[in-house]
Amino acid sequence: MTEAPHNDTPALADEARRRFLKRAGLTAGFSLFAGSALAAGLPKALDEATSSERRWGILVDAGKCPEGCTACVDACFEEMGIEGPRVGDNHSRPDQDSQWIRKVSLKNEDTGHALALPVMCQHCTYPPCVDVCPTGASFKRADGIVLVDRHVCIGCRYCIMACPYKARCFVHEAIHDQEPYMPRGKGTAEGCTMCVHRIDHGMKPACVVACHEEGAGAMTFGDTNDPESAIAGKLRDNTTSAIRADLGTEPGIRYMGI
Amino acid sequence: MTNRIRYHTIDNSPGFWAIFVLFLILSAIGLGAAFYMEHHGHWVTGMSQNVVWGTPHVFAVFLIVAASGALNTASIGSVFGRKPYKPLAPLSALLAGALLIGGLAVLVLDLGRPDRLVIAMTHYNFRSIFAWNIFLYTGFLVVLLAYIWTMLDRNVKAYSTPVGFIGFLWRLVLTTGTGSIFGFLVGRAAYDAAIMAPMFIAMSFSFGTALYILCMLAIMVGNGRPVGDELVARMAKLLGVFVAGSLFFVAVHHLTNIYGPETRGLEAFLLLDGGIYTSLFWLGFVLLGSVVPMVLFFHPATNRSFSMVSLGAVLVVLGGLAEIYVIIIGGQAVPQVLFPGYEVSSSFFDGSVAYYAPSWPEVLLGISGFAMAFLVVALGVKVLRFMPHSLADPLVDAHFKGKADKARGGDAAQAQTA
Repeated sequence: MTEAPHNDTPALADEARRRFLKRAGLTAGFSLFAGSALAAGLPKALDEATSSERRWGILVDAGKCPEGCTACVDACFEEMGIEGPRVGDNHSRPDQDSQWIRKVSLKNEDTGHALALPVMCQHCTYPPCVDVCPTGASFKRADGIVLVDRHVCIGCRYCIMACPYKARCFVHEAIHDQEPYMPRGKGTAEGCTMCVHRIDHGMKPACVVACHEEGAGAMTFGDTNDPESAIAGKLRDNTTSAIRADLGTEPGIRYMGI
Repeated sequence: MTNRIRYHTIDNSPGFWAIFVLFLILSAIGLGAAFYMEHHGHWVTGMSQNVVWGTPHVFAVFLIVAASGALNTASIGSVFGRKPYKPLAPLSALLAGALLIGGLAVLVLDLGRPDRLVIAMTHYNFRSIFAWNIFLYTGFLVVLLAYIWTMLDRNVKAYSTPVGFIGFLWRLVLTTGTGSIFGFLVGRAAYDAAIMAPMFIAMSFSFGTALYILCMLAIMVGNGRPVGDELVARMAKLLGVFVAGSLFFVAVHHLTNIYGPETRGLEAFLLLDGGIYTSLFWLGFVLLGSVVPMVLFFHPATNRSFSMVSLGAVLVVLGGLAEIYVIIIGGQAVPQVLFPGYEVSSSFFDGSVAYYAPSWPEVLLGISGFAMAFLVVALGVKVLRFMPHSLADPLVDAHFKGKADKARGGDAAQAQTA
């Protein structure tokens, strides 16, 4: 009996050493991974809260956006798993289908000047949809991205009434095969998330990527608070505007050429 | 002894139970319609991404607006001390609560996720007028219960005036809240206006009083209880003033929009070439819902006739529904202007007038709101003493100088001797 502690002590010490080494190794490995991830451009660790030091935004150069090009729209539908009006195997009528981003064709009534541009959630600094939401399901992250908490949305559609940009949608029927990173559900409101799941992993929104790869490169994404970013530079050097700028919602989506 | 008004419950009669069962069936049909829409999703309705608030909202908003207006009759007695209205007050408070319950039921059953009602009661965003309204509506029901208690229980009768005053203030705030649901919508030209709140208050006076007159006459006459001509004429003229008031606010709203070039297109749509919306406005609200009832209510040849006054009140209700339809559906059908000065088009129907046709489930749910409200009234008057045994003119008005035998709607002799 008295020997036992002596016999166990080295064993316990070995066990403790092994545990320590294992944890140290895991920690070092994780730190190395996290470090390289940050070095690779992750805006923040995934478990870190968003910060108002960043203000994500997109600049659309309407002058570069060709009529008929729907690269951004197609990419959004695919990324988010939205069937939309072009598939047509759902029950909804075309005017009931969600469109988180759409191409709008414009023609000046006086001059006849025509242009086309994508319109999506404008991720306002002062979003009317967030103000009117009775339960707080509509909310704005500190970095300016406006989202819907699908678990708290009761489907009252007041946000859709309040949005000046016609950018919120209502899910009219049951949805199957959702993308794991993008919960959607019948009877709730939804809209462009600026691909928050991609941004948090250091990637650009799907529409912006598609616009550069398949379109005319009319969209620039970035942190408008970072003076070194491309978007901040373009905003500084060009005349830009926002849709319905008169409303004072201060959108994160800005346009050149309107 | 002889000139005292007594309050009685409604007697058992086949007619009462037939109406009760009818309301019960209509309520059940509405619940079934709501379940159908909730089960399948809103694709089975006429609603779309462009018209997200459909016919259920028309009925719900109408009922909620009318609810606060139904309390007018009680307020005139309690707050403004008009004695002839005092015996009318208990039903007024009951009807106000019943209409609110009916309206809220329709509103809640049309939610995308009605199963999450508990979330609406536990998560609040106090920047939202909807969140304020949850408190305004439930608070109004509490005030009404207290008011009814003070009116029906002699021991606390002394409190009926102060509680009635709170009720009066509360209903004004409540309808301000309902109007502001639309008035605060900065992104839609059809709504974004401070006048929405007082306009809704004016409408509430009109719709609520119309429904009150209909309910009062139906219950009193249907149960053989006398009602005085003078009383009915007095209420009819009051309703005429309310109808004129709501017409005035609607006119000012439209005139203001016509004056500004920015909103002329909107007004051209609603008032000239909006199809169903234009017809509902001019024929439904203005002509049949306002002008014709005002003639019936103010003309001495018709404002003592129960049937003519009832017809006028029915027209006010239908005209009111038409106007709320124009406001809610017509206001959404107009394209939102994102790019002033541009013609716009898109796959999302930018720049196009939205198509909307009510579906049967929506209409049935809306009608069930009325049925639920009347069911509450029927239950109320059956189990509690809301209704006076007589509203004959000499009884309700000490200064009445007319002929007592004009009391109709029941046994006139009973009215004089009771």
